[in-house]
Amino acid sequence: MTVPAIELKGISKAFGPVQANKDISISVAPGTIHGIIGENGAGKSTLMSILYGFYKADKGEICINGTKTDIPDSQAAIAAGIGMVFQHFKLVENFTVLENIVLGAEDGGLLAPSLSKARKELKELEEEYELFVDPDKRIDEIGVGMQQRVEILKALYRQAEILILDEPTGVLTPAEADQLFRILDRLRAEGKTIIVITHKLREIIENTDTVSVMRRGQMTATVKTAETSPEELAELMVGRKVLLQVDKVSAKPGKPILEVENLRVFDQAGVERVKGIDLTVRAGEIVGIAGVAGNGQSELLEVLGGMRPGQGSIKLNGEPLALSGHGSDGQARRAQHIAHVPEDRQREGLIMDFHAWENVAFGYHRDPAYQRGLFMDNAALRADTERKIEKFDVRPPNGWLTAKSFSGGNQQKIVVAREIERNPDLLLVGQPTRGVDIGAIEFIHKQIVALRDQGKAILLVSVELEEIFSLSDRIAVMFDGHIMGERLPHETDEKELGLLMAGVAEEAA
Amino acid sequence: MDIFVTLIQVLDSTIRLATPLLLACLAGLYSERAGIFDIGLEGKMLMAAFFSAAVAAVTGSVWLGLLAGIASSLVLSGLHGLASITFRGNQLISGVAINFLASGLTVLIAQSWFKQGGRTPSLFGGGRFESAEFPYAIGPEDAELTGQPVSELMSDANSIHMVYSELLSGHSILVYVAFLMVPLTWWVLFRTRFGLRLRAVGENPAAVDTAGVSVVGLRFAAVAICGVLCGIAGAYLATALQAGFVKEMTAGRGFIALAALIFAKWRPWHAMWACLLFGLLQAIALRFQNIDLGGVVIPVQAMDALPYILTVVILAGFVGKAVPPRAGGEPYVKER
Repeated sequence: MTVPAIELKGISKAFGPVQANKDISISVAPGTIHGIIGENGAGKSTLMSILYGFYKADKGEICINGTKTDIPDSQAAIAAGIGMVFQHFKLVENFTVLENIVLGAEDGGLLAPSLSKARKELKELEEEYELFVDPDKRIDEIGVGMQQRVEILKALYRQAEILILDEPTGVLTPAEADQLFRILDRLRAEGKTIIVITHKLREIIENTDTVSVMRRGQMTATVKTAETSPEELAELMVGRKVLLQVDKVSAKPGKPILEVENLRVFDQAGVERVKGIDLTVRAGEIVGIAGVAGNGQSELLEVLGGMRPGQGSIKLNGEPLALSGHGSDGQARRAQHIAHVPEDRQREGLIMDFHAWENVAFGYHRDPAYQRGLFMDNAALRADTERKIEKFDVRPPNGWLTAKSFSGGNQQKIVVAREIERNPDLLLVGQPTRGVDIGAIEFIHKQIVALRDQGKAILLVSVELEEIFSLSDRIAVMFDGHIMGERLPHETDEKELGLLMAGVAEEAA
Repeated sequence: MDIFVTLIQVLDSTIRLATPLLLACLAGLYSERAGIFDIGLEGKMLMAAFFSAAVAAVTGSVWLGLLAGIASSLVLSGLHGLASITFRGNQLISGVAINFLASGLTVLIAQSWFKQGGRTPSLFGGGRFESAEFPYAIGPEDAELTGQPVSELMSDANSIHMVYSELLSGHSILVYVAFLMVPLTWWVLFRTRFGLRLRAVGENPAAVDTAGVSVVGLRFAAVAICGVLCGIAGAYLATALQAGFVKEMTAGRGFIALAALIFAKWRPWHAMWACLLFGLLQAIALRFQNIDLGGVVIPVQAMDALPYILTVVILAGFVGKAVPPRAGGEPYVKER
């Protein structure tokens, strides 16, 4: 048996009363890809932060290549040959790629020699690992996929032998994610050791050699990937059986609820984001809009939700709705029985510093049920919140907590509860499960399907193809402000949708 | 010729008046490029003005005065650093506090030491920075030799000689220091490792931290440089531009320097031009105290207020989109 590249023995870390990591031991063989999977808040990121010197473990020891190593700060981690690619990239946006790579690893007081040396080494690294980037482009001029490569190159430039990636595919398109894993394969072939932290089961199954599962700060299992299944991993993560497939009967679409004709949307800069869309959503049907982020889906949702003006025509139950000016704002849309779960819950769905019970009222705070004379009836509001918290299994079940003290999944449950419980005719849902753990995903999906089964119309926008497939009764693919085509989920596959998402027209596909 | 002489004199005065602005502006540039907003430039300058004048008055040595000024400004910088870097406090509040502290302390100590109504005794001789006369420039020595006043000698000289003598020569050494700081600052920021890290820490401290470089160390270094430059600026005010400290003698220059910094979008060469512009406005206001516009006399108060009014106008109308260092004003907290 070879000496493990990384060995953690009995790592424990507490933040106040919260035990983030409890007696964690793990051993990673050199030249392998090791996955760490767990729900949000399971302690994965804390563990990796300890390994990268951000936090000091309360107990336990770290061995790198068989030698006990102290990692008090990031500098020590770099010296030990550990490189980290964070979920949120640590890049200076108005620096060039080259400057970012050199930062902190310069050779002397003057920049010029460091930069020219780095340029040369970068070229070698690029050829060795097929990691091509333009060293003179500024970070804010390149896409996220490229930025991630810069992070990987940064680690390699510092001679990292162990590479840790935290939720690396969260911001990538499916194609970019595939590319990333090809790069990781290549790195593994060159003898690097790679740890990938994720909550996406598919990535783990397809790309890792071994996988460790974390739950509530503890390591529940480490298994060979080839000897496990998504179902088993999901169960280990959540601690109970999880339905990976959404259980639903086939849709019985009724009359059209939402009819969109020739809708055009311009952004603040005057750029046309939605370029004449026709779309119908019927009662009792979920229509999923697939597409790479930034192809007009957000703008479509925002116009329908009353967050920005548009041109063209939309009808709800046959009645035309205003697209700008009076009767087109969010308040009006809610009165028109359109509920909206916005894409970015933290910016658009919640006020993070307000209590859960206040957040439950937003948008509906003029509801007579919440009024008592001139004042808000806070008691009624809190009672209502309590009911919703229970029904939607929000944890911890405490309406007095601020929105930001809930986990992502529970924040989303608060938003979904607020919107679904209004019994809308049309529900707009944007990225309902972004940053949401697997248990909560299952719950939220069930609620959406239940609403459909009550005969409501649902328009879903998601960049997760898996989600689109498992929820939608009909799929429309958006590219560059156009709808490239509509498909029925059982008559298409990821490959075909992927081509449509990339703008390849139907004939060619 | 008269107009030319006037022009040269106004420009000469522009350089003198722009110097404290430029020093303070570059001070702010270092600090803000590292992500520490500093509205305490004014207070640091004032404190340095007082201590440099006080020490120069007591010891008779302007160089000791300069050192004292720099030291006092550094103490305030340290305070700002402690509050905003170590304890992650609000940088604006810390800056305001420093301004109040300086404004009160200087007068209080001045009164207690010198009992002249909150000012220091007038400085003369070795207590002031002499102007540096370049070779072949017309200066006070020529006036003594020939028995003619300098102004007369000037108007007799040809224009190149005049520009050389009036504009380039005859300033205090601190003026030359200030203007040499511009290329030096540019070089440090864009050509050295320290500069790269400094700019990075103002844009994204997390990137610096994860690269294994100390955010706190870099920011303290930047704040210290800021303190030194503010100290020189204050010392220049009290021991070169004027002869002694008077209450509130900075007169908002720290804030004008901040305005110039924004106008220059945090770039050294642009900072110099911006400071020269504001210096010019002040010089014009000083030179033309009462302008008679066809019977309507513009009162002196309006002229005095002009630089400040134009500061607001320029900032509001001509800056365009000024993007400050992205992490500016935000204390750095490690996050996962």
